[in-house]
Amino acid sequence: MSLFFIVALPFFGALLPGLMNSAGRSACAGVTFTVSLLAFIGLMSNLPTVLAGGVVMVGIDWMPVLGLNFTLMLDGLGFFFATLILGIGLLIIAYARNYLSRDDNMGEFFTYLLLFQGAMVGIVLSDNILLLLVFWEITSLSSFLLIGYWKHLPAGRQGARMALTVTGLGGLAMIGGMLILGQIVGSYDLSVILQNRDLIQADPLYVTALILILLGCFTKSAQFPFHFWLPHAMSAPTPVSAYLHSATMVKAGIFLMARMWPVLSGTPEWFVIVTSAGLITMVLGAVIALFKHDLKALLAFSTVSHLGLITMLLGTGTAFGAMAAVFHILNHATFKAALFMSAGIIDHEAHTRDIRRLGGLRKLMPVTFMIASLAALSMAGIPLLNGFLSKEMMLEEAHHTVLFGSHWLVPVLATFGSIFSAAYCFRLIGHVFFGPVRDDYPAKPHDPKSGLWMPPAILAVLVVVIGVAPFVAEPFVKLVTASVLGGAADLPSAHFKIWHGLVPALFMSIIAVVGGLVMLAIFNPALRLWDRTPRPEAKPIFEAIVEAVTQLARMLILPLHNGAFSRFAAIGAITIIAAGFHAWTTGTLGAPTREAQAASPVVIAGWVMLVAATGGLVLMHRNRLLSLILIGIVGLMVSIGFVFFSAPDLAMTQFTVEVVTIILLLLALNFLPKFTPVESSVLRRVRDAGVAIAGGLATFGLAYYYMLRTSVATPISEFHLANSYKGGGGTNVVNVILVDFRGFDTYGEIIVLGIAALLIYALTETLLGGPVRARLLNRKPDQKRAGDMHPMMMVVVTRVIMPLVMLVGFYIFLRGHNEPGGGFIAGLIVSIAVVMQYMASGFAWTSSRLKYPYHGVIGAGVLIAGFTGIGSWFVGKPFLTSAFTYVRIPPFHKFELATAALFDLGVFLAVVGAVMLSLESFSRLAKRANMEDSEYPMDIDPSRDDPAPATSGQAKEEV
Amino acid sequence: MEFLVASAIGILTAGGIYLTLRLRTFPVIMGISLLTYAVNVFIFASGRLTVGAPPILSDGVTTYTDPLPQALVLTAIVISFGMTAVVVMIGLGAFLGSDDDHVDDQPEASNSKAEGQS
Repeated sequence: MSLFFIVALPFFGALLPGLMNSAGRSACAGVTFTVSLLAFIGLMSNLPTVLAGGVVMVGIDWMPVLGLNFTLMLDGLGFFFATLILGIGLLIIAYARNYLSRDDNMGEFFTYLLLFQGAMVGIVLSDNILLLLVFWEITSLSSFLLIGYWKHLPAGRQGARMALTVTGLGGLAMIGGMLILGQIVGSYDLSVILQNRDLIQADPLYVTALILILLGCFTKSAQFPFHFWLPHAMSAPTPVSAYLHSATMVKAGIFLMARMWPVLSGTPEWFVIVTSAGLITMVLGAVIALFKHDLKALLAFSTVSHLGLITMLLGTGTAFGAMAAVFHILNHATFKAALFMSAGIIDHEAHTRDIRRLGGLRKLMPVTFMIASLAALSMAGIPLLNGFLSKEMMLEEAHHTVLFGSHWLVPVLATFGSIFSAAYCFRLIGHVFFGPVRDDYPAKPHDPKSGLWMPPAILAVLVVVIGVAPFVAEPFVKLVTASVLGGAADLPSAHFKIWHGLVPALFMSIIAVVGGLVMLAIFNPALRLWDRTPRPEAKPIFEAIVEAVTQLARMLILPLHNGAFSRFAAIGAITIIAAGFHAWTTGTLGAPTREAQAASPVVIAGWVMLVAATGGLVLMHRNRLLSLILIGIVGLMVSIGFVFFSAPDLAMTQFTVEVVTIILLLLALNFLPKFTPVESSVLRRVRDAGVAIAGGLATFGLAYYYMLRTSVATPISEFHLANSYKGGGGTNVVNVILVDFRGFDTYGEIIVLGIAALLIYALTETLLGGPVRARLLNRKPDQKRAGDMHPMMMVVVTRVIMPLVMLVGFYIFLRGHNEPGGGFIAGLIVSIAVVMQYMASGFAWTSSRLKYPYHGVIGAGVLIAGFTGIGSWFVGKPFLTSAFTYVRIPPFHKFELATAALFDLGVFLAVVGAVMLSLESFSRLAKRANMEDSEYPMDIDPSRDDPAPATSGQAKEEV
Repeated sequence: MEFLVASAIGILTAGGIYLTLRLRTFPVIMGISLLTYAVNVFIFASGRLTVGAPPILSDGVTTYTDPLPQALVLTAIVISFGMTAVVVMIGLGAFLGSDDDHVDDQPEASNSKAEGQS
């Protein structure tokens, strides 16, 4: 199966669980499982190539100019991680099906889980580092959603925020590092970068890039000093902890270190930073873990410790270290995921994860005991279990590592960490499972159904198999190690064996196990000592830092943007004017190249009216009705201006839009106060006037100088004029541009228009669904009502001219391609015709006669336009290529049939739907309680037989 | 004539900015509408002013005005209607919900909001 499908499957599959949610929990989990299984099978189909040492590569150019290509690569390392992600993912899905309760929204959970899975697979298969960064960020986001899945828990929300902050900031740093790396090499493709070790390490920016990339890795993989987010992420449901925070996501940073190992490692900087961070993390995590009472917190810190161990191994920069790291990644994934799932089982059955409240579960939960003990003993490094093998390799490597010139520092610290590591494993077994059976568990614990224990049991079997027969895993681990090393080092020849003879590592192992048992024996005094020792707590420190940064941001932003729109608008206007002024004074200005045209008296008259209306509007804006009339005059003058300056289409559009806008504003003004009170001080008004005049002068200057100069380059309009008839089949160039040359823009615009109308509808629905509804119904009108709400003259006239207006609209639409007109204008004209019916005959009367909901009209318009565009695919042309032909049906003239007309029909419908939906929504607000819908077209109908109800007549008189 | 159009753009802009800086929703919406006119005319004028040469192709005519700014402005006019309608709806919803048509948070309202956040 192509790598594209392996990455895409979880993403597309993420749509399914939500859909299957109502089909039941098993169906929901089943579909998720199937998606993962398909991806897993797809991955396995590439196994032969990988085993043969080959690398599978696929790719398409995405944005080649930026160096961002969608290229995927599958080599040993990628295969290894992808197998972990998908394989453990399958177990987790099965486990989560039984773990989540009926109250949890399972579809939501599995959607997030599949998103995460897809992003993880994307990371490990990406060949392009920019693509890798995209997937990297998706894992941060999806893990945020998963950690905070139980939204009702404050700890969950805080933990999710902390994880997102830390890993997100690390991701930002990594973007910087990756960009530097790409700049050094000149390519963003990993396969190229990995070939350029010497070039990268010789570059002066190497250290910067290294530190930035390591910041990303360390935050993701919870390395000191960024380790603190991982324990707080444990408020996630246990399947998430087992999947993200033990087996996969926290390994992403380690994966990247392994991926970059051939080019970044081997330098003193790499060695010192990575090894010491890993060493500190390992020891610190192990010590803290021992004293945690929450089972999951203990496992979280132990994960931190083991991640530190792996990081340290990668830091040493030797081939043997890399091999030990790979082996330990495998082993850790098996035993830690099993342990997390066991902890989840205990929590699920005993209703507590507090070790102090547990004990004696050995007899009550024998199956869980077996699984958890095997996994924990493996983690402690007991022979015949897989943890022993990789831990011994680690100790062997530590024995040879010289840090800061000291031969004993690393081995001693590694052994010290191992003692605590063994101790918390023993404590987990001893304090949870052994000891007397208690009678005060929050719930009566017993082994769960097989659905819960089967997934960890499968992992426990792996723990034992690898532990007893390490030669099974050896070829695979060596294959993966070879791809980690690249060409940078030779594969180590050491074999995986349980017995290496009496080597130093064996003695260190023995010290660790014996020390661990001693620590468990003196646990209670040690705990008292631990509780008395003052320690910095990560959470308050983190919160203090966040608070300080928030304060700083407030200090910077509040003076500019304190929530007051007018302040921000003023600042915005002044900034734009200042930027323009700067450009104006520093740039050079050529001499005018065009003659100013003489103005006729008619033009001057139009200008005077426009200026007078604008001035009047500003001076008298407090009278809102008057300001509406004045702005109508402004709009009219602008329309006439368009006619005068050879833009008939614009004039028609402006004029019709003016009509619907004024109707809309009148509808709104119906609810708003009719006058604006005087509130601002004279000083403030003078200040605003100053800003306004400066802005006006600036635009005047720009427009005036602009119009007197010809454009620097030949505008594309020459092309449009030359090809409008030949290529587009229309003589109205403006319309051909709209529906053909730039049809894609128009398509976007009608969608935006439709969205705006739907937004208005949604807001209306929200208002009418809330407390505002009662207020609106009981509203006392502040204006005198019309005595005759539906005047007969108006009703008759609007109905008579309705067909005429429709005919005009039809005519305008048809001629649009060759003469001024088109879908936009026709749509507006038809809308006005319908609005007139609403105004004259009433809302109820009109809406009962409209068959199609306006949403549907908008949708039909967008779909027709879209399908017209798609139609050109079938003839092998790009989206929205238009075709036209001329036909002649005998009695008529020869006329043109163009696909552009079909597109224009879509535009027409979308405009009608959007305008009508907006206006209708406003009118719906106007309904009042004591107002009866008029059933008849006119309130006075001489031909009506039945007498008018007496109540309605009285109500009218009262009003 | 160029002077008249340019000054009209300037005056519309000035009026628009002044009204946009007012404190109540309705004048602000009026101000935005004036700014819309100003911007539309400005974009239109970027095709330079031509009298009596509409971009309708016909035989024997060789001078046409620039059609591209017209196409851009045509959609801009329709979109600005949609935008105005949304802004009006938001303003109306806010007024109906709180009986207050100020565009800025009022002092007591902003205090209670700050308390809610902390």
